Amino acid sequence: MDLITPEIGLLFWQTIVFLVLILILAKFAWRPILGAVKDREDSINSALSSAEEARKEMQNLKADNEQLLKEARAERDAILKEARELKEKVLANATEEAQTKADKIVAQAKESIEMEKKAAMAEIKSQVANLSIEIAEKVVRKELSSKEKQHQMIDEMLGDVTLN
Amino acid sequence: MIAQKSLKIIVTFALALLPVFSFASKEDSLVEAEKEFNATEMILHHIGDAHGWHFYGEGENSFTIPLPVILYTDHGLVTFMSSEFHHDTEGHHVVEKNGMSFVNLHEKIYQLEEGANEVEFDKEHHPLNAERPVDLSITKNVAAMFITVIIMLIIFVRLASFHKRHKQAPKGFNNILETFVLFVRDEIAKPQIGEKKYMKFMPFLLTVFFFIWITNLVGLLPGAANVTGNIAVTVSLGLFTLVLIVINGNKDFWKHTLWMPGIPTFVKPILTIVEVVGLIVKPVALMIRLFANITAGHIIILSLIGLIFILENVGVAGISVPFALFISVLELLVAFLQAFIFTMLSALFIGMAVEEHEHH
Repeated sequence: MDLITPEIGLLFWQTIVFLVLILILAKFAWRPILGAVKDREDSINSALSSAEEARKEMQNLKADNEQLLKEARAERDAILKEARELKEKVLANATEEAQTKADKIVAQAKESIEMEKKAAMAEIKSQVANLSIEIAEKVVRKELSSKEKQHQMIDEMLGDVTLN
Repeated sequence: MIAQKSLKIIVTFALALLPVFSFASKEDSLVEAEKEFNATEMILHHIGDAHGWHFYGEGENSFTIPLPVILYTDHGLVTFMSSEFHHDTEGHHVVEKNGMSFVNLHEKIYQLEEGANEVEFDKEHHPLNAERPVDLSITKNVAAMFITVIIMLIIFVRLASFHKRHKQAPKGFNNILETFVLFVRDEIAKPQIGEKKYMKFMPFLLTVFFFIWITNLVGLLPGAANVTGNIAVTVSLGLFTLVLIVINGNKDFWKHTLWMPGIPTFVKPILTIVEVVGLIVKPVALMIRLFANITAGHIIILSLIGLIFILENVGVAGISVPFALFISVLELLVAFLQAFIFTMLSALFIGMAVEEHEHH
């Protein structure tokens, strides 16, 4: 049963040596190693997170740029649209004005033509009346130059009156 | 490239076979000496502790590194080299120091009573006129332990000094070491103990993990000692875990161990007994598991080789050598596995002791 009986000497040495080994390694190996590993892990993590941040910032910048571009494009479109509208409006206004002016001129022309026509007509009428009167005077003078003819006419007129 | 690879394979095989050869050569000489081969004795000799580091040969012709014998007797400390016993383990050769006489009886040092010149035995071969002094010798196991310690100090202080000089991850062997350090931290300490408290126990867990693993691996080398397969070593390691549990156990842990809340009062004393026994059994299970696994591996390899000499037939080597090789390779895995399990369970038990309970 030697196999399962702990020898006091070996137990003593194992305990002492192991304790000393823990203490020495803790001070000169484990602490520096674990510390360095921890530092490295921290630095890797911070590098990763800062890279992630940079990536996000880049994305933000890109998004901003796109937004700006979009806005600029929209503005340009708006300006163009406005210009087009203005042009059309101006054109329409001009056309309308020209039309009204033309209409007005035409109307005025018509009016003056009408007036001229009326005046001419009145002139013609008075001329025709005067002529007619002159003609009638001449005809009457000529018709009533004989007594016979005067009688005849009186008769005719009397006849008409009777008929009425 | 291919030549280099095949060379590597050959060297690996040669190294794996070395223990086989070393055992074989020893047993060859046994057979030549026409002594009756006793497998039990051979195996127990190989897995047991010794006062000298024996490599090969018998008696005065053997190659053995002498180790210091340190004895604490009634008359103070006595020290001498184990070579003074002249390879005698039967208690025949008496060493006289400071007026006291010592013999080596099956690798146990006995101090003869005053006036006695040789050991007298009773019927069961127990010495009658000798007592064992406190034996603090640097035995084979202690020496092997020192080798592990030196290896650990060198490789880890090197790794630490690399970390002091560089900020980047290490390369090559240092990288392998760091991987295992991180393995202990991330797979053992953090999950079992928790993010907040694991740092305090890292020195113990790392040291115990690498100590067991390296000692196991060194123990597989030909002629090496069976350190982690020695009950005294595992008892010591288990005690460390027990002490850590007892020192660091928080109020909740002790309340649950000694006076379990939330159950009827008459059950509490029963549970207290169960819990206290459990507290002791945990490290005991640790020490027995490590001891039994490593010793069993050594015994299997030695038994397979011993078969050749029990059956006295060289042909058996054709079967038992490949088997022993297979077991040796398996032992490489076991070496890591046992270090992992010991560390894992230590961390688990410590984690249970320091855990913050949610109040129910």
